[in-house]
Amino acid sequence: MFNKIMVPVDLRHVEKMGKALSIVAELATTHDADVIFVGVTSPEPNALGHNPKEYEARLKEFASSKAAEKGYRSAAHMIVAHDPAIDLDKHLLEASKTLGTDLVVMATHLPNVADYVWASHGGHLAAHAQASVFLVRG
Amino acid sequence: MAEPEDIQGIPAPEGETQIIDTDYEIGQDNLEGQLGPFGFDVHNPVFLVSALTIVAFVFYALALPEQASAVFGAMRPWLTSTFDWFFLSAADIFVIFCLALIVSPYGAVRLGGTDAEPDYTYIGWFAMLFAAGMGIGLMFFGVLEPVYHMAISQPLGTPSPFDADGNLIPANVERAKEMGLAATIYHWGLHPWAIYAVVALALALFSYNKGLPLTIRSAFYPIFGEKIWGWTGHVIDILAVFATLFGLATSLGFGAQQANAGLNHVFGVPINTTVQIVLITIITGIALFSVLRGLDGGVKLLSEINMGIAALLLVFVLLAGPTLAIFTDFGKGLLAYAKDIIPLSNPVGRTDDVYRDGWTAFYWAWWISWSPFVGMFIARVSRGRTVREFIICVLLIPSLVCVLWMAVFGGVAIDQVISDPAGSLVKANVIDSYNPPLSLFAMLEGLPLSSITSVIAIVLVIVFFVTSSDSGSLVIDTITAGGKVDAPVPQRVFWATFEGAVAIVLLVGGGLSALQAMVISTGLPFTLVLLVMCWAIFKGLRSEPR
Repeated sequence: MFNKIMVPVDLRHVEKMGKALSIVAELATTHDADVIFVGVTSPEPNALGHNPKEYEARLKEFASSKAAEKGYRSAAHMIVAHDPAIDLDKHLLEASKTLGTDLVVMATHLPNVADYVWASHGGHLAAHAQASVFLVRG
Repeated sequence: MAEPEDIQGIPAPEGETQIIDTDYEIGQDNLEGQLGPFGFDVHNPVFLVSALTIVAFVFYALALPEQASAVFGAMRPWLTSTFDWFFLSAADIFVIFCLALIVSPYGAVRLGGTDAEPDYTYIGWFAMLFAAGMGIGLMFFGVLEPVYHMAISQPLGTPSPFDADGNLIPANVERAKEMGLAATIYHWGLHPWAIYAVVALALALFSYNKGLPLTIRSAFYPIFGEKIWGWTGHVIDILAVFATLFGLATSLGFGAQQANAGLNHVFGVPINTTVQIVLITIITGIALFSVLRGLDGGVKLLSEINMGIAALLLVFVLLAGPTLAIFTDFGKGLLAYAKDIIPLSNPVGRTDDVYRDGWTAFYWAWWISWSPFVGMFIARVSRGRTVREFIICVLLIPSLVCVLWMAVFGGVAIDQVISDPAGSLVKANVIDSYNPPLSLFAMLEGLPLSSITSVIAIVLVIVFFVTSSDSGSLVIDTITAGGKVDAPVPQRVFWATFEGAVAIVLLVGGGLSALQAMVISTGLPFTLVLLVMCWAIFKGLRSEPR
């Protein structure tokens, strides 16, 4: 049913992705689908690299190690955003379109009051993406 | 398919930049957590110390307003008259340093590495650095300064075109007109932009090429080494936050007063604190909206709108005023600037205290204390430019635009004052009595359609303030998050709101001018900081591939 699964990742908080990653593995093997891990970074240096190139290397490493663990095909797609805290939703939405994904699997936090002011990234994607969206709560 | 890669160590960026090797990891001193439903991620000492100090100073200014304004009120003239030679020489050094970089081989270094591509088009880039850099000042001083320097402050001892009784002395007119423009352009031309360029270049170089966090302390790595991650660095960053927030809050207060004066002039809205609080709330509200739309959707868009409206106003004044005379003035002003820049920037052996101490030294201290804010903002939108391109665009083009702006607004105002001294509102509000917030509106009154252009001017003042407020919040948030640009959004909302609140509290309780004086005082230590920065830039550029 699904051919291409997009998985947005926050490399700083990989520990919170456990559940989502096992679901990704299950879906990828069941449907024989390609998995694309998508990460967003800034041109400025951050904890994950001095520059986007270093960030991309980490993202690729993450993608291939996760795929090797569970035996599915994976790729990595990096997005460089001027203002990641704000532009994240827009970029993920665009990526889901341009990458031609038919499913997005994403870890998200439990809903709270703040969601009335700022919708969670997963929530935004579910509301606007053309593809199916599978949100996995913390 | 991803290639498996060994990323135990961080890979080298293929020799295109010279990354500084440090064990410091960005965000390692940060406090990250959850406050109720909102996440936060702040640099522990910098955030806490700067926020608490700001609150403490506001309390001081409110609790002992008279003592505060006496202390800081006296500090400002003392600083500018004692250290005028230091401010003037330092600013000259920055200009020479920048001009030397343009022609030196280091000009070929590209910010962000040899293959980096610019993130913004020239227009978008230019609009942003201009709006953040001095947009609001042009509105406030565009009419005031040229007229004031022509008639009152007597730069380099140039005699006034008016005698003590206010009668015109025709023999003095020509030279005084020239000097009015040249002396103004000097404050808005090469020197301030060289100050911004030094800070911006240092930040961009050490962040994009050396891989250090985007915060002021990083520029000092070549001097202090690993010590910059300790208190040496904390102090530098805290000073920067401090200057930025108080600079913004005081400007917000004065801006509200100017907008109020304009509204009173056009619509008869009363001038009082309530109206000004409403104005600050509206400005902060729009700024919040813009902050939430981010760098591209908020700040950039607003800057471009600003530039558009400002250009329209400029063209209108140019066409409605004596167009041919303005062009002649532009040429004469530029020539006078070229001719007088050396004597004007001479730091010693001068007697024009009113101009040199009261204006020049004050401006230099002001631009310097604002440089962390404007510099970081310019740095953030400058990746992908070469050093040469960067300096030319940050130094020469804004200077030319300022010359044009001053020639048009100041030129028309001077023309009104000279051709009809008795009937000129500008003369009444600048020379006969000193009423700075009204000077722009007084000049517009002398042109056709003044009720429309005055409204446009008020809108422009407000939008320029919104741009300063939101880009300022972005900068403060980055510094207090230890150089992280992706800290949780509620933090930016906090800073933008805090800034508005500080402005309102100070406006109600008094103390805006005391704190402005204090912002100026931070200019003195920062001048030293900037001089050291030049050395650090030189060392940093030397190790870069060209």
